[in-house]
Amino acid sequence: MTALAAIALLTLAAAAIALALRDLIHSALLLIASWVGIAAFYLWAGAEFVAFAQVLIYVGAISMVVLFAVLLTRPPTGPATREPSGRAVPGFLAGGAVLGLLAGAVLSSPLPAGTGAAPAFGVRELGLKLLGPHAGALLATAALLTVALLGAVVLAAARGKEDAS
Amino acid sequence: MNPPAADPLAAGLLERLPLLARDALTGALPEPWRWWANSLLAILAIIFVFSSLFALLTLTERKVLARVQNRPGPNRAGLPLTRFRLGGLGQPLADGIKMLTKEDIVPRGADPVLHFLAPVVLLALSLLTFAVIPYGRLLVPVELEAGVLYFFAAGAATELALFMAGWASRNKYSLLAAMRALAQLISYELPLLLAVVPVVLLAGSLSTTGIVAAQAGWDLGFVPRWFILTPWGLASFLIFLTAALAESNRSPFDLPEAESELIAGHLTEYSGFKYALFFMAEYLGMTALAGLGVTLFLGGWRAPLPFLDFVPSYAWFGLKLLALLFVFIWIRATFPRLRIDQLTRLAWKFLVPLALLNLGTAALWALTAGWSPALQPLRWLGAAALVAGPFVLLGRGLTAGLRPRTYRFA
Repeated sequence: MTALAAIALLTLAAAAIALALRDLIHSALLLIASWVGIAAFYLWAGAEFVAFAQVLIYVGAISMVVLFAVLLTRPPTGPATREPSGRAVPGFLAGGAVLGLLAGAVLSSPLPAGTGAAPAFGVRELGLKLLGPHAGALLATAALLTVALLGAVVLAAARGKEDAS
Repeated sequence: MNPPAADPLAAGLLERLPLLARDALTGALPEPWRWWANSLLAILAIIFVFSSLFALLTLTERKVLARVQNRPGPNRAGLPLTRFRLGGLGQPLADGIKMLTKEDIVPRGADPVLHFLAPVVLLALSLLTFAVIPYGRLLVPVELEAGVLYFFAAGAATELALFMAGWASRNKYSLLAAMRALAQLISYELPLLLAVVPVVLLAGSLSTTGIVAAQAGWDLGFVPRWFILTPWGLASFLIFLTAALAESNRSPFDLPEAESELIAGHLTEYSGFKYALFFMAEYLGMTALAGLGVTLFLGGWRAPLPFLDFVPSYAWFGLKLLALLFVFIWIRATFPRLRIDQLTRLAWKFLVPLALLNLGTAALWALTAGWSPALQPLRWLGAAALVAGPFVLLGRGLTAGLRPRTYRFA
């Protein structure tokens, strides 16, 4: 339980400081630290595969996209500062809405009450579950990501045309 | 190290020698302490072995590059305090002392914390990847069910450290290097993973020991069943090799540190031991990827011929690893560096489609495993055609209209 408390504290602290910092790159790096904390939580919970996937995808790939976006949209002149913007209220509203949605979903899902031995769950069982009962959700996620990718390509192509003309 | 499930007594004495040495050291300890001591010993062994390999590798690389370029290479520094030169064998030691005693410079405008953290994070992540590689029949530091995934998770964050180094230096060349490092990672992570997926598919396991176990046995009595000796395996190995070169920032993909255009890129503002740490991490990363390549495609620690089984398995692993590292150095001596647009185009238009097609070929290979011996030549020919056809067609299509560049001097 101490380990869980330490992991939770580090993850939440990293996320909170990331929100408070003015420097976008520092924020992004701390955000990555909090993603590592979430992976550590998965490891603590015994979900090896999910933990490694979390590190591979979030720390390895999504962090790159975030940093790339920051560097491409801001003039890269070293440690830059961010002006306070008037978007705090909408930001808090959007964040609170997401929190409410997730909390509602978690609280309303039926969880098995028994706290006996955790089921032994290997990579193979995970794969069979994902492609068996949950194939629909997997396909929906894949379609969503593909649409997002196509949207990014369309945006980039439109930008390229503007530059050329 | 935790020995795998195989019966250790069945192996020869040489095979068990590392384990016996370990037990002699830690055997007297009570159980929980013994586990800790064994793990610590494994970590120390990995650090010691691969640091020495790094030292010798720098010398080998300089020597080989020099021989390729028809010059002798480093040949002055010999054994310290003696007159023996031994062809420059003392060069790594001399380099180490030089690096340690150099002044550690941090630029005034730099971000001191990130500037310090970058080499540390890079080295730590490079060392983590060594944990899941099976070095021998009984030498697996950590047995993980998702070992291959662990390897890539630990290795994926290395370019993040390069970015930290480039950005924290507050130097335009370093920042350009950081951007290049990110672009390179995003481009080459995909072919690297896609080249590994067929192996996982055919081995039916994500664990490194399971993949080595899947390459056991002999065809026709003497041809090893390594994955590189199948059509899809060869294609996967070549894609893996290319992407691994890019992942470890090796020439011809060393764009982030391109000496002649970016003044060594993210290394520009580093001096002394931090600089040495970067180099160490680069070579360790290269060695780890080569080790994974040996494990996935070259049969891991298995002997290449049945009667050579008496040689201990870790010796075979070492030999294959050194051979693959030599190929890396050879490639560096041979190919010129790519431009950034050529680099990303090679990844997205050539390697990724080929890797995806190869995944289909591997799936077909797995489905046709039960064909009768009479149909086996057809299976081999079909798979070979599926590998070679797209390679030739795609290569032709992408290079159509390109001719050797002509230079005009004004």
